[in-house]
Amino acid sequence: MHLLEGEGVSKHFGGLVAVSDVDFYVDEGEILGLIGPNGAGKTTLFNLISAALKPTTGKITFKGRDLTPLPAFKICRLGIARTFQTVKIFPHVPVLRNVMVGALFGTGKRISSRDAQKKAEEALEFVDLLSLKDLPAGDLVLANQKRLEVARALASDPQLMLLDELMAGLTATEVTEAMGDVRRLRDRGVTVIMIEHVMQAIMNTSDRIVVLDYGKKIAEGTPAEVAANEKVIEVYLGEECDVAS
Amino acid sequence: MKTTTFSKTRIVSLAVLAVIFVALALLPTITEGYWLTRISDYMRYAILAVAWVIFSGPTGYMSLATAAFYGLGFYIAAIANGPVPFVAVIIIAGIASFVVALGIGALTLRLRGVYFTMFTFAVVLLINNVVLEVERLVTGTRGRFVETETQAVAYYAMFAVAIITLVSAYMIRRSRHGLALQSIGEYEEAAAHSGINVVRTKVIIFATSSVFMAMAGAIIATRRTYIDPGIAFNMTTSFLPVLMAMFGGMGNLFGPVIGAVVFTELGDQLLTKFPDLYMLIFGLVLILAITFMPNGILGLGQQVWRKMRGGRRAPA
Repeated sequence: MHLLEGEGVSKHFGGLVAVSDVDFYVDEGEILGLIGPNGAGKTTLFNLISAALKPTTGKITFKGRDLTPLPAFKICRLGIARTFQTVKIFPHVPVLRNVMVGALFGTGKRISSRDAQKKAEEALEFVDLLSLKDLPAGDLVLANQKRLEVARALASDPQLMLLDELMAGLTATEVTEAMGDVRRLRDRGVTVIMIEHVMQAIMNTSDRIVVLDYGKKIAEGTPAEVAANEKVIEVYLGEECDVAS
Repeated sequence: MKTTTFSKTRIVSLAVLAVIFVALALLPTITEGYWLTRISDYMRYAILAVAWVIFSGPTGYMSLATAAFYGLGFYIAAIANGPVPFVAVIIIAGIASFVVALGIGALTLRLRGVYFTMFTFAVVLLINNVVLEVERLVTGTRGRFVETETQAVAYYAMFAVAIITLVSAYMIRRSRHGLALQSIGEYEEAAAHSGINVVRTKVIIFATSSVFMAMAGAIIATRRTYIDPGIAFNMTTSFLPVLMAMFGGMGNLFGPVIGAVVFTELGDQLLTKFPDLYMLIFGLVLILAITFMPNGILGLGQQVWRKMRGGRRAPA
């Protein structure tokens, strides 16, 4: 059984088909890359998995359990945590308490506030933000706000983490660091699905890649296979054509 | 260094609180009449403002339903006081309000922003008219008489409810629910995806805050002999606590209390001294306050305090 599996997942917004009949899966311990041009439906797929949206048709299961009827907070408590394309932190709340939200509410178990603090500190240590724990989260630079989101997600003890463009807007050095973070997440036993536009990052960290275009899955395979796939090249670079015409 | 100043301020504020507590507790033994009524009034608005802040402060959901719960307290007192002991009446008012607020909350708290505010506003009007109509059909009258309580009894009841309100507000603020509410206020979507049961948290805290509003209403009703829907469900009761909380500041719980006292006093003074200009001056003060003190009196105080400390430290 796959850790997470989607069968025939579609999402329509009125007449617009954002995600169309997509099958996907991720196995425990994998890093799955999700790529595609803007508007391909990547974030919509994340929203469907995390129950920010309900699929129009299709079914998503996590460890064999149907996720479709569950609200977002239950998905988190089941062990699927996420970050957001545009950071969604609690700006006026101190960094540590941002992460404590994940520890206090995200695990589905009752936990004392002292244990939650310990857990939050551990998660902050993991993303190397512990020294900034008393600052209001809104005062952090973007790269650190993104790390904070990872820490908040991590504090909820996820088995699967959905990272939505973790590296967008980061400098080259920060991208390298973030790539290291993703690998260390996996080493901790967290399965990762990541949406990314930074090709160097996705090619180097993913075990497997799924490519979406106009809501449809057009390719799937190892980074090398995907990079050599004609359809993918077409989508990213345009069709081959006769220059003369 | 920082911790010593902190604990010093803490000791001072605890001492001030203790003095206020004793003074308020002994007040009915030294005086009666005017002052008791007046301090009771401060406490009534402090209860409403603090109760309003419990829910609306951290979440930013501006509720205008206060008058609905307050008025409910009025009616429970009118129906039950006399046959039922006063203390029981107050408790029943709280429980009834909790239940009603659960219902209202479940209906309205799926709405956000100004829609929520408008819906809560409409709820007061709705309840007002329903009660009016029910009274017309059932009792054939417009209002009801209320079994009164002595001034001292009403005062002590108000004092007790005020303390319960403040302690509850403080405990909720410090608890995990306080953090959950604040997260909801700052980014509701992220709160939900971090495992917070957003709807349940909002509805339960909304209902909890309504308990104190209804209790205050039940007590005040016994100081009047007659009530009708227009008195019980007066929209002013919904607006005033919001203005008081904004005026005082919502950074901590002293803010709404200070706002309630200053506002009540200001309103009284203006009404007695300049009855014709009352609303005009009141409005002007409010506009100035909101323009120049966006964080309320409390925020202004903190700003001044910081400047003073900064000034003293600068030469060193």
